[in-house]
Amino acid sequence: MQNDEAIWHDIRYIHCYYMAEIETGIFCRNPYNVTGICSRSSCPLANSRYATIRDHDGRVFYLYIKTIERAHTPKNLWERIKLPRNYEKALELIDKHLLHWPKLLQHMVKQRLTKMTQMLIRMRILSLKIREKIMSMPMSRREMKREIRREEKTGIAAVLDKAIETKLLERLKKGDYYSDILSYLEKNVEVEEEEEEEETEIEYVEGYGELENEKEDDIEDFYGFTSKESHLDGDVRDLKDEDGDDAVEEVVIHRKGRALRKDDDNGKSKKKSRLVVEVEQEDGDTRQILKL
Amino acid sequence: MGFKRKKGDGDGEEMESAGNKRPNFNGTERRRSVILPSMIKNKDKRAKVYAKQKHEKKVEKQKKIKARDAAEKQALELGEEPPQKMIPKTIENTREADETVCRPDDEQLFADIDADEFNPVLRREVTPKVLLTTCRFNSTRGPALISELQSVIPNSDYRKRGTYDLKKIVEYATKKDYTSLIVVHTNRREPDALLIIGLPNGPTAHFKLSDLVLRKDIKNHGNPTSHEPELVLNNFTTRLGNRVGRFFQSLFPQEPNFRGRRVVTFHNQRDFIFFRHHRYIFDVKEDKQSGTKGKDGAGKERVKPRLQKCGPRFTLKLVTLQHGTFDTKAGEFEWVHKPEMDTSRRRFFL
Repeated sequence: MQNDEAIWHDIRYIHCYYMAEIETGIFCRNPYNVTGICSRSSCPLANSRYATIRDHDGRVFYLYIKTIERAHTPKNLWERIKLPRNYEKALELIDKHLLHWPKLLQHMVKQRLTKMTQMLIRMRILSLKIREKIMSMPMSRREMKREIRREEKTGIAAVLDKAIETKLLERLKKGDYYSDILSYLEKNVEVEEEEEEEETEIEYVEGYGELENEKEDDIEDFYGFTSKESHLDGDVRDLKDEDGDDAVEEVVIHRKGRALRKDDDNGKSKKKSRLVVEVEQEDGDTRQILKL
Repeated sequence: MGFKRKKGDGDGEEMESAGNKRPNFNGTERRRSVILPSMIKNKDKRAKVYAKQKHEKKVEKQKKIKARDAAEKQALELGEEPPQKMIPKTIENTREADETVCRPDDEQLFADIDADEFNPVLRREVTPKVLLTTCRFNSTRGPALISELQSVIPNSDYRKRGTYDLKKIVEYATKKDYTSLIVVHTNRREPDALLIIGLPNGPTAHFKLSDLVLRKDIKNHGNPTSHEPELVLNNFTTRLGNRVGRFFQSLFPQEPNFRGRRVVTFHNQRDFIFFRHHRYIFDVKEDKQSGTKGKDGAGKERVKPRLQKCGPRFTLKLVTLQHGTFDTKAGEFEWVHKPEMDTSRRRFFL
C-alpha cells in the first residue's frame, strides 16, 4: 500500500537520487516536481496525489496528474492534459481538474503555470532583441598559445621598419613625391629654431650644443653655396610665419631623431650625419598626387 | 616495450650489415663508417663518441664556411662573379603555393576590382567618412584607442555606443552618408577586436586585435598632423588579401598630402596585419664604405628615410569576412577562419 510517510522518511533522511543540496537550500531535480524544492508537500514521490505542469518543446503546457488509484500501474501513473494557450483558460482548466484538491497543491500548480508563461514571454522578447556578441570560436589553450607564438615570430620576421623605409625609398625614386624634396636634399639649410626647446628632453639640449660645432664645419664646406643659401634664408624668413609650424615641426622631428640615435651609437660616431633641415614652400602647383 | 626493442634491434642489425660492404639499391657498394652513438650501451663511451662526432661536424661546417668565403673573396679580387650565395629557406620562401594569388595579368581580377564595393571611394568619387564606436560594455581603453584612431584616420567621427543594435547603427550611418563604420570591441577591459563595416552595403570584416600600444605609451612619439596620410599596404597577395587591402584603402582619402609626411602602414605577414603609423623624413647620409668624408671623397651620398613612431600600433588578424553588412545569422560569409586552417605552417590566406 502507499505509505507516503515511510517513503518521505527514506527519501529525505536516507537517500534520494533527485536531491540536490546547495548552500542556499535543498532542491529536487525530479522533472515532475512542481516547485523544485525538496520538501514534504512538493515531493512527487512522497505524495500519492500530485499534479505538475510541464512544457513540451518550449511551447505547449501539459498538466500532469497523479492519483492514488493508479499508483499500482507506474506506466499509466501520470495523466496528461493539454492546456490551452490562453492563460486564463488554462487557469480555469486547472481549477476544473484539481477541484477539491488540497489548496496548497492547487496554488503551487497555478504558480508554476504563471512562472512558465512569464518565462515564455520573456524568451520571445529576448530573441527579438538582437543580443549581439562578437564571439570568435573559443580557442583552446593550445591554440591560443600557438597564436601568440606565431604572432611573435611573425613580428620578428617582418622587419617592419626596414620594409616601410624601402617602400618609401621606392616611392621617392619613382618620383611620386614633390620634386622639390629631392632638390632640397642636396643642400644644407640652417634654420634657427628656439621655440621647440621646452618640449624636448635633456638629451636634446646636449645634441643641440653639438650641432653648433657641426654647423660651423658645414659653413666652411659650403662656402660656395652662400649666395643660394641667403636666397633660401630670405624665403625662410618670409615663410616663417606661415610655414612656422611645419618648419618648427621638421626640426623637432629631426633632432628628436638624433637624440634617439645617440642612444644607439653611444657617441661613437658623433658627426655621422649633418643636420639637414628642409623647408618646404607653399607651392600649390608642384603638388603631386600619388598614383595607385 | 618489446616492440620498441625490436625496432632498435632491427636498426642495429641494418647498421651492422651496412657496416660490412653491402650492395645498395643502385648496385654500388657503400660502406657506412659512421657508428651511431645510440648503439653504444656504455654511457661514458657513448657520451665521448657523441661529443667527438659533434665536434667533427662543427669543424666541417666551419671549413665549409671558410672555403665559401675564400672563394667569394677570390672571385671578387679576380673581378669575376662570386659564386652564388645560397638563399636560406624562410617560411615566406617555402609558403604553400596558393592558386588565388593575384597575378598582374589577370583580367578577371581587374574586372572584379572594378565591380567591387570600394570602387567609388578608391576612384575618388566619394570621400571616405568613417564612424567610430565601441561595443556596448565599455571600458576606458576602448575610447582611448578610438581617440587615437580619430587622429590617424582623417574625416572620422566618434559616437558613443549606448545600447543600440549594430544593425540600427548601420542604418543610421548609411543615412548620414558614412562610408565605413568601425566598431572597437573590448574584452576584459582591453580592445580585443575590430569590426570594420563598409557602407552602404559593403563587406564586414572582423579582425582580432592584439598587441596594442597606444601613442601615449610610446617613447619619443611624434604627433600626427591633420594632413592626409600616405598609405603603405604590403604583401596583400591573394585575392582575399587584395580585397582586404582595398578595404583598408577605402578608409582613407585617396589624396595623400605628402607635405605632411605621414605614413600609415598595413603590413601583412603570414596572415598577421601589422598597423603602424609614422612620420618620416628623408636624410642624406654618407656611405662610410670608403671611409672618407667630404664631398670630394669617394663616399657616396645615400638618401635614407627615417621614421618616427607615432600613433597607435597594433596587430590584426582576419577572423571573418562577410559579404554584406553586419548580419551573423543571415549573412553570406566570404571567408571564415577555422582552426583546421592552422594545421599547415606554410599556408597563409592573405
